[in-house]
Amino acid sequence: MSVIYLLISISIVVAIGFFIAFIRAVKTGQYDDDYTPSVRMLFDDELVKKASEEHIQITEKQP
Amino acid sequence: MVYLCLVKFSKFMEEKSCFHCGLGVIKEDQIVFDEKVFCCNGCKTVYEIFSLNDMTCYYDFEKSPGATPIDISGKYDFLDNESIVSKLLEFQEDKTAIVSLNIPHIHCSSCIWILENLQKLQKGISISQVNFPEKKVRITYNPDVVSLKTIVHLLSSIGYEPYISLENYETGKNNVDRSLTYKLGLAFFCFGNIMLLSFPEYFEVKEYWLDNYRPFFRWLIFALSLPSFLYSASGYYVSAYKSIKSGMLNIDIPIALGIIIFFVRSTFDIVMNYGSGFFDSLTGLIFFMLLGKMFQIKTYSFLSFERDFKSYFPIAITRIKSDTSEESVPIYDIEKGNRLLIRNQELIPVDGILISDKAEIDYSFVTGEAIPITKKSGDKVFAGGKQIGKVIEMEVLHSVSQSYLTQLWSNDVFQKNVEQRHKSITDKISRYFTPILLLIAFSGFGYWIFIDSNTAFNVFTAVLIVACPCALALTAPFTMGNVLRILGKKKFYLKNALVIEQLAKVDTIVFDKTGTITTNKKSNISYEGKAFSEENLVILKSVLRASNHPLSRMLYDFLPETKRLKINDFQEITGKGIQANIDGIKVQVGSADFVGKSKENSIQQTTVHIKINDVYFGKYIFNNQYREGLEELFRNLSINYQIKVLSGDNEGERETLSSILPKETELIFNQKPEQKLEFIKKLQQEGKNVMMVGDGLNDAGALAQSNIGISISENVNVFSPACDAILDANEFKKLNYFLKLSKKAITTIKMSFALSLLYNVVGLSFAITGNLMPLVAAIIMPLSTVTIVSFVTVMSNFYARSLK
Repeated sequence: MSVIYLLISISIVVAIGFFIAFIRAVKTGQYDDDYTPSVRMLFDDELVKKASEEHIQITEKQP
Repeated sequence: MVYLCLVKFSKFMEEKSCFHCGLGVIKEDQIVFDEKVFCCNGCKTVYEIFSLNDMTCYYDFEKSPGATPIDISGKYDFLDNESIVSKLLEFQEDKTAIVSLNIPHIHCSSCIWILENLQKLQKGISISQVNFPEKKVRITYNPDVVSLKTIVHLLSSIGYEPYISLENYETGKNNVDRSLTYKLGLAFFCFGNIMLLSFPEYFEVKEYWLDNYRPFFRWLIFALSLPSFLYSASGYYVSAYKSIKSGMLNIDIPIALGIIIFFVRSTFDIVMNYGSGFFDSLTGLIFFMLLGKMFQIKTYSFLSFERDFKSYFPIAITRIKSDTSEESVPIYDIEKGNRLLIRNQELIPVDGILISDKAEIDYSFVTGEAIPITKKSGDKVFAGGKQIGKVIEMEVLHSVSQSYLTQLWSNDVFQKNVEQRHKSITDKISRYFTPILLLIAFSGFGYWIFIDSNTAFNVFTAVLIVACPCALALTAPFTMGNVLRILGKKKFYLKNALVIEQLAKVDTIVFDKTGTITTNKKSNISYEGKAFSEENLVILKSVLRASNHPLSRMLYDFLPETKRLKINDFQEITGKGIQANIDGIKVQVGSADFVGKSKENSIQQTTVHIKINDVYFGKYIFNNQYREGLEELFRNLSINYQIKVLSGDNEGERETLSSILPKETELIFNQKPEQKLEFIKKLQQEGKNVMMVGDGLNDAGALAQSNIGISISENVNVFSPACDAILDANEFKKLNYFLKLSKKAITTIKMSFALSLLYNVVGLSFAITGNLMPLVAAIIMPLSTVTIVSFVTVMSNFYARSLK
């Protein structure tokens, strides 16, 4: 029956693990801006790559 | 060919929404490029990038007018100054520098995209990251490769001119306070786990292993409750301690008392093996109260409510040295006798004397008046004005801190701590609540002590636990938080939740005139004189088109659309008017003495006189354009409030105003900033709760002095003086609705107080009879919390929708 000690301890340890993850997330500022990332993730990677090639031309034209 | 067709086809599609981001395009703000309509430069630039790839030939069309970057040459020369740059930077080491720039224009997803791909436009930038809610971009770059000035120029050239002001210069880094997030996270962690571990207790099943492991569960719960009790709830203890010290009974005292008794009693229970205690309810309440706090702290981080002159003033200014060479100096280094160079659109930071021949100075920040004032050589110019047109020179009379406008800030009202001026509604109720609660607890204790001393202690603690005014404490934050959100959606941004209570108490409203009840965007133009022939109108409009003077532009927009004629010989004489020649016809547009007409001695009006071929035709009169819905708003407001209008202008508008506004409205003219402040002070001494509605820096004193200062802003992102609330100018006519809603919010809170008192009565009747079982507590506590929270949310939403 002492398996209950083990199980509860494991569950608490897992919970604490998530809690630490949360603290770290807050610390690194992930909760400071909750809007921009939601937009950012929708930008297509491919689109960015394409644009980079063209931009070389643009920069040349810009003073 | 295919591309041609594509473009032709797309012409039909892009009528109403932006070609790139699909947002609706407002007619005035739209940008047309390649015959397409765009909502912003970000969209357009992105489109440009695409067109470069697929439709290179159309790139030859060149940029559309909307994309022509604003002329900023010379404006950011101060960024060459190392010491200024280092104050702006967030971080600096040999090869890395980080800067956070405030860009008011950020408003759509394209903006984010283009600003986060800056490294492709400019070598040396490694990362750029946008914070949308704060309208900021954080750029990491290599200062050896690229300078901050180049970056700022690049941003301006793509239409994202950063906003760098004296405010940035002083603050530099700002520390984010995340402690509430930590506390909330921890409280939730403790609450969730304790709930799970408490389940066996709720059912009290007589099962062997549950009975056997009971102590283990209980001590684990106890351990889990410690962080919540000690850290998450710490804010309440501190606040309670402070309020006891200052002799004011606030709601945090009974809360802190409740929490502590809760904890002590529960610990006692498990130590003596009486029961499982109330740790689940305890941590649950701490969590919900913190959640309410979080809900209430809705910040409009892109707005600033604490602006003083510092956020208007530039960081540096061009000084002319004795050997006529120019240098950029921080404006605090300006001394009396210095000669300064002020460029087009630059703000004059200090009082001084004009050296150049003529200057057109726009004092709209200061007074709200959009039409520039002409100054001649030798005239005094005051800080806060903006030079329009040519470069001017001036000699400094006072340093920044001693200038006329900045001295307003040395007034006491700006040093006061606003928070302490008023008590919140919850604090008022707790003044009665706390003594009554203690009375009940002690009388219960006194009654039971004669019967059973053990029960007496139980009753005493149970009363304090059940009556812990947590439901009370939850009511205000959730109602206020919700109303704050509703108002924010309607473009009325409040500094914090306390402002709602203040709004509900207002009985006198003072309005500023210029820029507040009038708008400087549109002007009401009327004509007096001989009628124009069709040809003359065409000629007049063509001449006006060439002029940059605000009055010419307003008049140009006012005249009906015509064809354009080519102008030969155009001359703009600063402070007088414009003179042009079209096919031999001489046109003069300008002030009265410019067209050779003697000044009339009637009330001062802004007029533009017209003379064609030496024949005087007449004058256009620019009247103040009052905001839409002003009449109705004032009529409705005057039912419940005393209304007063303060103006820095002369009495020219008195008649018009008194015809529009209700009769009781008091009109006071010729008010200087300090007089406005004194006026508000006088009203307050008469016992009035004054709300001041203003816009310019000249209202700043009055806004700070009033019980609640509302700043009207045409563009909420940029300019507004320090205030309690910022109202988008387009929503001005809804002011009465906002006031009504704030009153209803207070009603909601009162209703909810009644409800939570009801819960307390029920809970107390259990407690005082000594029957508070863990199960009952476990049901009553969350039930009251949930019903209170949902009740206030539903009610405030209902009022927001039903009010008109």
